[in-house]
Amino acid sequence: MAHVEGQQHPIGIYLKIWGLLFVLSAFSYMVDYFQFHGYLRWFLILLFMMLKAGLIVAVFMHMVWERLALMYAIIVPPLLLLVLLGIGALEADYTFFARGVFFGGG
Amino acid sequence: MTQPATSTAGALPRPEGMEGVVADWSSDQRAFKNVPWGKAMMWIFLLSDTFIFSSFLISYMNVRMTTTVPWPNPSEVFGLTVAGTEVPLLLIAIMTFVLISSSGTMAMAVNFGYRKDRKKTFILLLVTAALGATFVGMQAFEWTKLIVDEGIRPWGNPLGAAQFGSSFFMITGFHGTHVSIGVIFLIITAVKVIRGTLDNERPGFLTGRKGNYEIVETMGLYWHFVDLVWVFIFAVFYLW
Repeated sequence: MAHVEGQQHPIGIYLKIWGLLFVLSAFSYMVDYFQFHGYLRWFLILLFMMLKAGLIVAVFMHMVWERLALMYAIIVPPLLLLVLLGIGALEADYTFFARGVFFGGG
Repeated sequence: MTQPATSTAGALPRPEGMEGVVADWSSDQRAFKNVPWGKAMMWIFLLSDTFIFSSFLISYMNVRMTTTVPWPNPSEVFGLTVAGTEVPLLLIAIMTFVLISSSGTMAMAVNFGYRKDRKKTFILLLVTAALGATFVGMQAFEWTKLIVDEGIRPWGNPLGAAQFGSSFFMITGFHGTHVSIGVIFLIITAVKVIRGTLDNERPGFLTGRKGNYEIVETMGLYWHFVDLVWVFIFAVFYLW
């Protein structure tokens, strides 16, 4: 092979993932359509979101076929964002509480 | 296929797993083996873009949690009335399917590119660009509806929390800009494919790099990322 650096896979796998993404999107739309609420809604939304994101990165962006060095370099740093997410949520709870106290009843 | 031979024939096979990570990073040449540098750099760029969009989404979460004024219900705001009945989030659902389809055609364009099937790659790239342009068009329609009919502004709106407008215009505006830039580059890539620039290894007019089908894959990475960001926006902005 002259060019060994390209990603070459059977076309069928893209069609399957495409179909799967359609189904998952339909599911996440259904969450809203049937008006699920509370923890069930959040669980379903985040589940479908992570599944879709995973499929896109893994197959469409060929991440599963890359070497571990590239995978770690790209996938590990965004985990830091969970810290920012946590700080944001903590701070927001406090701000909400303080607004309730000082601006009385919203 | 997944572990192709390198130009240094006869060299020892590269270690896998954790040992491979250490060996790659400490090899004093390039850390990302088997990957053209353009693709590695696109990944690094996308990583930085991930942080930008995450900052937007986390600050959106922060303002939404802090407001004591009720948040407008996205399910109703983005609903469409079809034949007299109100269908929630219909426009957004269609936009989601359009963008996912464009990701599918893009993945296939990359595949046919490496098979050097110029015509199919060209057509698939143009279909991807057309779907992307459709997405931007529907977003323009959505913005118009919100600004003109609903009176939503970045500094306030009649439906509830003022932060709704600023978050919405910032996040979807930035995403829409990414899609628009992607459409332009898809067209440029499609033209390069059909006129044989990549087959003949003609140097690019801007970079002077020799044409290569790798650029289709690099383009694909960007496009899939745009779709990826939409997955997160759809989940946390429209479905929350």
